[in-house]
Amino acid sequence: MNDATLEARIWHRFTPAQRLVRFAVYLTVVTAVVVSIQTVEVIPEFLLDAPEQMADLLRRMWPIAFSHYPKGVHEALVETLHIATLGTIISVVIAFPIGLAAAHNIAPNRLLNHAARLLLVSSRSVNSLVWALLFVAVFGPGALAGTLAIAFRSVGFVGKLVGEAVEEANRGTVEALEASGAPWLSVLSFGYWPQIQPSFWSVVLFRWDINVRESAVLGLVGAGGIGMALDTAMNLFQWDRVAMVLLAIFTVVIAAEIVVTAIRKRIL
Amino acid sequence: MENAALSIRDLTKEYVRGKPVLRGISLDFAGSGFTAIIGPSGTGKSTLIRCINRLVEPTAGSVIFENQDIVALPRRALRLARRQIGMVFQEYNLVERLTVMENLLSGRLGYVAPWKAWLRRFPQSDIDDAFELLDVVGLAGFANQRADSLSGGQRQRVGIARAVMQRPRLLLADEPTSSLDPKTSVEIMTLLRDLGRAKKIPVIVNMHDVELAKRFADRVIGMSGGVVVYDGAPSGLNDTDLKSIYGGEDWLQ
Amino acid sequence: MNVTAPRVAFPPNWRARAAWIALVLYIVYACSLLDFTWARFMVGLDNGARFIGRMLPPNFTRWEILVKGLTESIEIAILASVLGILLSLPIGLFAARNLMPLWVTWPSRILIALCRSFHPVIVAIVFVKALGFGAMSGIAALTVASIGFAGKLFAEAIEEISLKQVEAVRATGAPFMNVITYGVLPQVFGRFLGFSTYQLDSNLRNSTMVGIVGAGGIGGALFAAFQRFDYDFVCAMLLSIILLIFAGEVVANKVRAIFVERTRVDEE
Repeated sequence: MNDATLEARIWHRFTPAQRLVRFAVYLTVVTAVVVSIQTVEVIPEFLLDAPEQMADLLRRMWPIAFSHYPKGVHEALVETLHIATLGTIISVVIAFPIGLAAAHNIAPNRLLNHAARLLLVSSRSVNSLVWALLFVAVFGPGALAGTLAIAFRSVGFVGKLVGEAVEEANRGTVEALEASGAPWLSVLSFGYWPQIQPSFWSVVLFRWDINVRESAVLGLVGAGGIGMALDTAMNLFQWDRVAMVLLAIFTVVIAAEIVVTAIRKRIL
Repeated sequence: MENAALSIRDLTKEYVRGKPVLRGISLDFAGSGFTAIIGPSGTGKSTLIRCINRLVEPTAGSVIFENQDIVALPRRALRLARRQIGMVFQEYNLVERLTVMENLLSGRLGYVAPWKAWLRRFPQSDIDDAFELLDVVGLAGFANQRADSLSGGQRQRVGIARAVMQRPRLLLADEPTSSLDPKTSVEIMTLLRDLGRAKKIPVIVNMHDVELAKRFADRVIGMSGGVVVYDGAPSGLNDTDLKSIYGGEDWLQ
Repeated sequence: MNVTAPRVAFPPNWRARAAWIALVLYIVYACSLLDFTWARFMVGLDNGARFIGRMLPPNFTRWEILVKGLTESIEIAILASVLGILLSLPIGLFAARNLMPLWVTWPSRILIALCRSFHPVIVAIVFVKALGFGAMSGIAALTVASIGFAGKLFAEAIEEISLKQVEAVRATGAPFMNVITYGVLPQVFGRFLGFSTYQLDSNLRNSTMVGIVGAGGIGGALFAAFQRFDYDFVCAMLLSIILLIFAGEVVANKVRAIFVERTRVDEE
């Protein structure tokens, strides 16, 4: 075997252009990390102090103030669940028509299609905490602001996934109904709805699960729920009560996840 | 032809400009009878059938059905015209997650208000018809079974029953047997022919199985390259005609 | 067939009907519990109009604060993502039930569940108490969140791999680390990269929020402006945050596109 064939047999996994792009990405990541480490404000004393402070915090959290649960936590916890659930329901009502309009195979025209997509994107780009701040400014502190915050943040999520489910629906079935001269609404309810139903319920459950987690934090900006209880306990430095609230949140979130997984298994 | 139930005039379809799939087709269909359209794949059979009820938008020409030109109809009128035309599909196109009964009644969707359809409030006469049709197509007792639990042959029976539920004045079938085994194919063709005779409506079936077409059809239309190359009785179909439809001759031996 | 027996077209679906009724009852009950009234809603709409009036036009005169906050948010997101993903790799591996014994997977899974259960902002509160105000706490909080999400996804990805390939590498007598790098990593690398870009995206969203509890980034300035009713500055900050998140999503998609090609090459 001569040198020429040897050289020809050297194997490159990627073309030079591909390698260049990948190298650029790696370089950017490394540069970003280095620059961030150098500029971000880190106070060394605080950092050295951290393990001790953390240990101190945990010591104050123990024993957990279980006695605080009936009068200080339970009601707030239930309120959180209601915020998450009602918020999800409202978001579904708003998201369904927008999601349909965002699906290019049934949107009556392109303008409406794009408008719907824009609505969904803006809903998703605003954090639920920001939505909560806005609604607290409008409706005053309390669960109403929290519920609407959850609803408005979820519209983008639910609407996007509903739209995608509609776009994936089998064309043939729908064509058959159109061929029978069925009106638009009936095509929707007989052709599309049965097809998207499983993914619809799974999306709603999934979002509810996320919303339980998110609604726990809304109280920090005054939008109701268990976050209020957390905020109060924290401001009074009652760390054993803080631990109680955290434990309550943890339990509910895990329970919600188990419930959702169980229901999804039965539906799908 | 005088008093034709359906007459197609100079029908042209171009999916891509300048490349017509149908080149000016003109055909007349009487108020009854079983017509088979045969031809190789990609010759525009499906397009022709779909142009009749405008699932595919024709580029030019006219389709006169019951004294109105379907090609010229506005949206709503088109919907009303489609109610008169039943259609059976190759892949059945059932709503898989609905029951057989719901699939049958979806043939009545053109007549029932959407909210009533949503609540499953169909007229009792429609429901009676549906049960009767289930007996006819041999699926009695399957009413509450889901469509996706059926076999291919059973699904196509539901597909045919759904089309007949429309009480159509014309029945179209687009390759109704191409996804089925030979025995089931014969059963499905028999069902289509018998239902067409019983309801006294013309049936137009498009297929590629020549033997099956000869066996069932009263009239055979052979298509090739977007034009009609044979139109007549199945008995008149000889090897020369088949060669002009499908090209080549090796397969004839 | 017995024709005299009445045949039912649609067997009544009692469970669905009961569910609808229960849903309506729940909505009424929850709304009354959370004290949602029409009057409150109308007053809110009035407020809302005034609120929007005060937000416009957005006020960019204090752009230095804005840029400083955004930069810090980006730095928090980058460092938390890198740290979180590096930690998630071993934790995810330890949590994979097809490769690890039970006594390793259980503690790892509990750790992941713990990290997932709390909203990053709640975790941030705890870190603010332990590490003090500033970006440090934000980085720590988002690192925890990253372990919760990326760790879970990594573990799931590893659990879906083909064990035949692992077996083949094992059969060569390779030590454990080589089995991981040759038998496991090639199967999951593409998906890991995908998850990592999602994580960066998600951390960027949350890094603009942790400031609400004093953990650095633009959230602090945002919350302060809200409390001062400085709504035109709030509007300016919200617009910049949305723009940043948008840009983040675009960049993440681009990076994913570059590397998704690689996974396709791998499969060929």
